[in-house]
Amino acid sequence: MATRQTQFLARSLLAPAVVLLFVWMIVPLALTLYFSTLHYSLLDPGSESFVGLENFEYFLTDPAFLASLRNTLVLVGSVLLLTILLGIPLALLLDQPVVGRNFVRLMVIAPFFVMPTVSALVWKNLLMHPVSGLFAWLARLVGLTPIDWFNDVPLLSVILIVAWQWLPFATLILLTALQSLDEEQKEAAEMDGASAVSTFIYITLPHLARPITVVILIETIFLLTVFAEIFVTTGGGPGLQTTNIAFLIYSQALIQFDVGSASAGGLVAVVIANIVAFFLVRIVGRNLEA
Amino acid sequence: MGQITLQGVQKSFGPVHIIKGADLEIADGSFVVFVGPSGCGKTTLLRLIAGLEDVSGGNILIDGKNVVDTPPAKRGLSMVFQSYALYPHMSVRGNIGFGLKMAGLPRDEINRKVEAAAATLNLTPYLDRKPRELSGGQRQRVAIGRAIVREPKAFLFDEPLSNLDAALRVQMRIEVTRLQKQLGTTAIYVTHDQVEAMTMADKIVVLNGGKIEQYGSPLELYERPANLFVAGFIGSPKMNFVTGELASERGAATIGVRPEHLKIEREGAGGWPGTIAVAEHLGSDTFLYVEAGPLGMLTARHVGELSLGAGDRVSLVPDPARIHRFDESGNALRG
Repeated sequence: MATRQTQFLARSLLAPAVVLLFVWMIVPLALTLYFSTLHYSLLDPGSESFVGLENFEYFLTDPAFLASLRNTLVLVGSVLLLTILLGIPLALLLDQPVVGRNFVRLMVIAPFFVMPTVSALVWKNLLMHPVSGLFAWLARLVGLTPIDWFNDVPLLSVILIVAWQWLPFATLILLTALQSLDEEQKEAAEMDGASAVSTFIYITLPHLARPITVVILIETIFLLTVFAEIFVTTGGGPGLQTTNIAFLIYSQALIQFDVGSASAGGLVAVVIANIVAFFLVRIVGRNLEA
Repeated sequence: MGQITLQGVQKSFGPVHIIKGADLEIADGSFVVFVGPSGCGKTTLLRLIAGLEDVSGGNILIDGKNVVDTPPAKRGLSMVFQSYALYPHMSVRGNIGFGLKMAGLPRDEINRKVEAAAATLNLTPYLDRKPRELSGGQRQRVAIGRAIVREPKAFLFDEPLSNLDAALRVQMRIEVTRLQKQLGTTAIYVTHDQVEAMTMADKIVVLNGGKIEQYGSPLELYERPANLFVAGFIGSPKMNFVTGELASERGAATIGVRPEHLKIEREGAGGWPGTIAVAEHLGSDTFLYVEAGPLGMLTARHVGELSLGAGDRVSLVPDPARIHRFDESGNALRG
């Protein structure tokens, strides 16, 4: 009933929330914009002065920037690939009627509820530790030299941890989609003589196209800003090997105490996120059209 | 060829017996309708023949070969589902040709067969559309196209018209019947609608509670129902049943008279007196619902218009040759 009165009522009831959200977003953005044009070092308070675009120049020409951009993209891409390639078979498995299915599902979803810092610490100290970790013990059991994960393959280690955290999300979304696949469609394919593999390729996979798109879009948003796992495990190192954009901005602001440069970096990150989003929507977004 | 024989087919899900032993002989080229109230097992029986469910006992013979251990695709049957079950991301062409593609036919042969099937069903202009861009009737035809393109031994229809509106249903009913006669392929059709059963079938199987109540031609079922259930289920409006003294006078526990076999007379003309509770005037027919005292509510049908209304007193005279008699266990008494 979109009468004029109800429209007015709806708008006035919505207004406080909209205003609050707007202020909530615009104040930090405006301040970041403002700080990005200042020489603003926390080591030298009171010396703020306008420097124009110098902070941007400094941030973009920093060799650390390109390295961290590369790390960010590798991290996002690998985790997406891992979660989807593992999530599909896992969802197919969980869709089968087995005893204790609900319990198994709960267990599979559990990692998603573990805080990033906690899971990173568990992986660092209990699993990947070169001396006392489970993986090292397993390696020694079969006579191999344990891998020093965070020194030898630091980025891969971070990717594994983050993928482990996001696998439940992908599995859950894909499982829900599998359950909405019309049973009669599968039976029609069976009558048409399709084998299990053909049914998967021609019926199930096209049905999953849309949820896979959703997984890619949502995961990308969060994976671009992975921070806690890196902070807890490698601290961005060794060298710059695990520094992504988010971690680089953090190190500018709170290790080098350069608020101006960090603000410029934050704005660059916003632009990068938008570029990635633009391409993502163009590549996979058409799956979302009804 | 498409001769299907069921021998003592049983199906139970755990302790629940859905099909309690079905024996049936379906001749090649005939159109057989399974009809019954919901939950009577008609869809289960169809799925057993299709191979989508495994039998718990008995044999299913297609052209004399037992197929109970044959997977669905190898039985040479094709099925039209209630929801049509079209593949949403494939074009009409892809949908119709999917079975042939799975069978590994060369592409140009698939195209030829798909186009032939589409021409039969007037789908040629829609071949490159997706199912969501089609109307209900067109989707229905795509589902039928998918069934005929494989040149099966028999078609299985699972309530295929129940999602269409009334006008379209009548039209598709005629189209399906005509197509089946034209192709001469055996068809098994499941429906809960006795009008569909009567109009489409060569032979009807009336199912109730997992048992076959009667198997025969539509008119056989109408004229000589084997028991009370069939008598009440076939025919619209329902047959009137009378018990008590009037029945025992004729040596039966229950007697039944169809509404069209009750002659409507002025009060006092003999027969069964009563007061009209509701009169339905359709122009072509008049249905009277008559409160007939101890006999309960009786339905009478008069062809053409009859200027009687609620509250009028009438007398209903049954046609003595058309009275059906049933014994205590509900079975028909002949002679």
